[in-house]
Amino acid sequence: MSARPLEVTRRQFLICGSTAAGSLIFGIPAMGQGSDLSDDRRLGFFVEIRADGEIIIGSNQPELGQGERTTLPMLVAEELDVDWARVSVLPMPLGIVKTSDGFAWKYGGQGVGGSTGLTSNWDFMRQVGARARLQLIHAAAARLNVTPENCYTKPGVVVCKALGTEIPYEDLVSEAAQLDLIDEDVPLKETQHYRIAGKAQSSVDAIDIVTGKTRFGSDTQKPGMRYAVIARCPHLNGSLRSFDESAARKIDGVLDIFEIQGPAPGEPYQILASGVAVVATSTWAALQGRNALVIDWEPGPNAGDSSDLFWKQNAEMLDREGQVVLDDGDFVSAFENAHHQITHRYAVPFVSHAPLEPQNCYAYVREDHCDIVAPTQMPSGASRAAAAVTSLPRENIHVEFPRIGGGFGRRLTNDYVTEATMISKQTGWPIMLQWSREDDIRHDFYRPAGLHEMRAGIDAQGKIVAWSHRLASASKYYRRPDMPAENLWQSELYVDDFPRRIVENLRLEYHHNAIGVPRGSWRGPAHNVNAWVVQSFLDEIADETGQDPLQLRIDLFGEERELEYSNHGGPTFNPGRLTRLTKFVAERIDYHRRRPNGHGVGLAAHFTFGGYAAHAIEVSVSDQGNLTIERIVAAIDCGFAVNPMAVDAQLQGGTIDGLSTALGLEITVKDGQIQQSNFHDYPWLRIASVPALFETHILPWGDTPTGVGEIALPPVAAALTNAIFAATGKRIRRLPIGKQLRA
Amino acid sequence: MIKFRLNSEDVSFEGDTGTPLLWVIRDHLKMTGTKYGCGIGLCGSCTVHVDGEAMRSCVVPVAEIAARSVTTIEGLAEGAELHPVQQAWMEIDVPQCGFCQPGMIMEVADFLERHPDPSDEDINKNITNICRCGTYPRVRNAIHRAAAIREANE
Repeated sequence: MSARPLEVTRRQFLICGSTAAGSLIFGIPAMGQGSDLSDDRRLGFFVEIRADGEIIIGSNQPELGQGERTTLPMLVAEELDVDWARVSVLPMPLGIVKTSDGFAWKYGGQGVGGSTGLTSNWDFMRQVGARARLQLIHAAAARLNVTPENCYTKPGVVVCKALGTEIPYEDLVSEAAQLDLIDEDVPLKETQHYRIAGKAQSSVDAIDIVTGKTRFGSDTQKPGMRYAVIARCPHLNGSLRSFDESAARKIDGVLDIFEIQGPAPGEPYQILASGVAVVATSTWAALQGRNALVIDWEPGPNAGDSSDLFWKQNAEMLDREGQVVLDDGDFVSAFENAHHQITHRYAVPFVSHAPLEPQNCYAYVREDHCDIVAPTQMPSGASRAAAAVTSLPRENIHVEFPRIGGGFGRRLTNDYVTEATMISKQTGWPIMLQWSREDDIRHDFYRPAGLHEMRAGIDAQGKIVAWSHRLASASKYYRRPDMPAENLWQSELYVDDFPRRIVENLRLEYHHNAIGVPRGSWRGPAHNVNAWVVQSFLDEIADETGQDPLQLRIDLFGEERELEYSNHGGPTFNPGRLTRLTKFVAERIDYHRRRPNGHGVGLAAHFTFGGYAAHAIEVSVSDQGNLTIERIVAAIDCGFAVNPMAVDAQLQGGTIDGLSTALGLEITVKDGQIQQSNFHDYPWLRIASVPALFETHILPWGDTPTGVGEIALPPVAAALTNAIFAATGKRIRRLPIGKQLRA
Repeated sequence: MIKFRLNSEDVSFEGDTGTPLLWVIRDHLKMTGTKYGCGIGLCGSCTVHVDGEAMRSCVVPVAEIAARSVTTIEGLAEGAELHPVQQAWMEIDVPQCGFCQPGMIMEVADFLERHPDPSDEDINKNITNICRCGTYPRVRNAIHRAAAIREANE
């Protein structure tokens, strides 16, 4: 999921020059791994110091609400040593250049996913700022005829210690541009000396958002642009038999109608479905044209798929041993000989991403080049998608990725880019492809659904001595090219997750249940499922062995120590950081206080992609089974919080995403078709369900950051269902909670 | 031809009078602050004011707008002076992705006209816009803050 790692070589790191308008520009030459870059001096823009003292910092990463466009420039500004109020942030397009061995990044790796946007740019952004600052110091030293060691900076100004002279950065533009780039080690600031990073900074885009000026991808307007929608096959892996377009052709504004060739069933693919494209002079005309189509679909190989069948198959699979993917110690004998044995099953449904901005893409294919504007987490994937359709060289495909109206993993896949490019290629027109909400909910790469069987053996002292997690699910790796069947489990079970190396006899088993429902990455992939299962099961163990759920967690997570962790987010996992967070949220919610009947508190904690989070949730449940979330305490340990304002936002948002999904969201299948279509049957949470008593806490740790986009979500569902159990004695073992509390 | 006022300017639309106001504003009048999120009036991303009252423009045929006055997010501020709701949204740093926020802000601006000093219960009963990023805690704080700014202005 992460972008290709960036290799920063000092010698080729920054280049600088001046512009005709009198600005100083710092950029980077095209960078790649193992490429000969000496002859490529094309500048990748990064920092511009204008003659009037304004600082422009380029933002190279997709922004989908996670705050990258603010957080990364903060790091540049911190090391450059400028006044944050004088900084403007300018988004950059996709920058790739052709090299002798393929393609290289012009502005550093571009792409966000797996909560890596910050961590993969942490050193890089600071180096950009520090290098630029050093160049200004050398320019000032040369002018004053002193050594650079005699100079330091304060925000926006180089100061000469010996002479007491101060020179604003903007006065050094021409001299700095003429100096050879300083090639030496640049020491970076200690975090305790930060003035910008580590402090809460508001989103740089907030003013444009609240005044309606922000242009999202779907707001793209270009001369001569036509609007397109696609009628996609509603049958999973179905296809188009024939269609009658005569009525649609009569709709005022409809310009063209043609077939879109879908993917072959079971093959790795670029788009989700076969369909019929309707191109018109407006979105509404295109939608009306689509409504007027009469289409005969071939239901295809998955016509018999249904949720009922899927769950029945999962249950049957779990009766058999699965593929053993981890076998520490001797689970079988430890379980058989245990003083107490506990077994439970948990069901987790398919869910949709449903970002609020439905998929869309502007594409304009011409003979020798192609323009793409798309809400994508992976702009290089958009470039590849357009290249595959047009056969144009990738350097001739210009990709812009404006602010994205939510992603949650959906925009890792560029199927809508492929579609829009196909339509523009076919018509020769600039095309805005718009998906409706129904298109979005029915045609997604859903979170994999699965049934989990958990078994634990407990000794006479209440210690867990054996642990097994047997999962039957629809793996999301099914459509990876060249993925052997025996590796399908790898996207669904992370072997080094808790309780690895904590419970001695540990076994993980997997059954893949093939179903036609497309699957993909959904915020905190696998973690968001497994944390609910594992943290629910812990509470069940506590209950059935007479232990306190808080104390059981403290005992299991234990002291601070680094455990080896080979999955994404490693190389180590420190369960003691979960102990700290769990104790903290328990104390904040006054865990041990006696509560009225029908009230209860639940706890959960999880380590996701390098970051740690814990929740304490208090609920009440009425005699009629009405659930009220009374109070939420959420805490995150993301190492050093670069922008606490954005971390706090992700902690709130991730928590609410977890609540919304656990409470009421589920995608189901009947007769090979997705049954949900819009917010009436996929009821995303509204403000009324979120208590006013909602506190968030950032517990700092060390001086390097982790990502935060996914970390807060995984513990939420378990804290909620554990609270329901504490309040009612009813254990939720199937998500969503829905109406299960209404007896 | 349908004539109406949009952000204090006279505009007109020639075409299918059943076209939802949303698409007339976005595609024909090229004003893109108002967003499409669901098309069935459930998410509120498309909320505008019609004669001062919040409406979900994706389910209002433009025929019903004839001779009426529409305000979108672009027309909410009075010149350079942000509306109290916009000010509060800036102070609290509400938006994440930002896609729902124009509709949310228009809804709240109208809500505060009718509930100048809202309780949390008032908010729960009246604000039904969907924010997929889950900015609700900050939305709630910002509503209370906007109410305070309005009161101070009076």
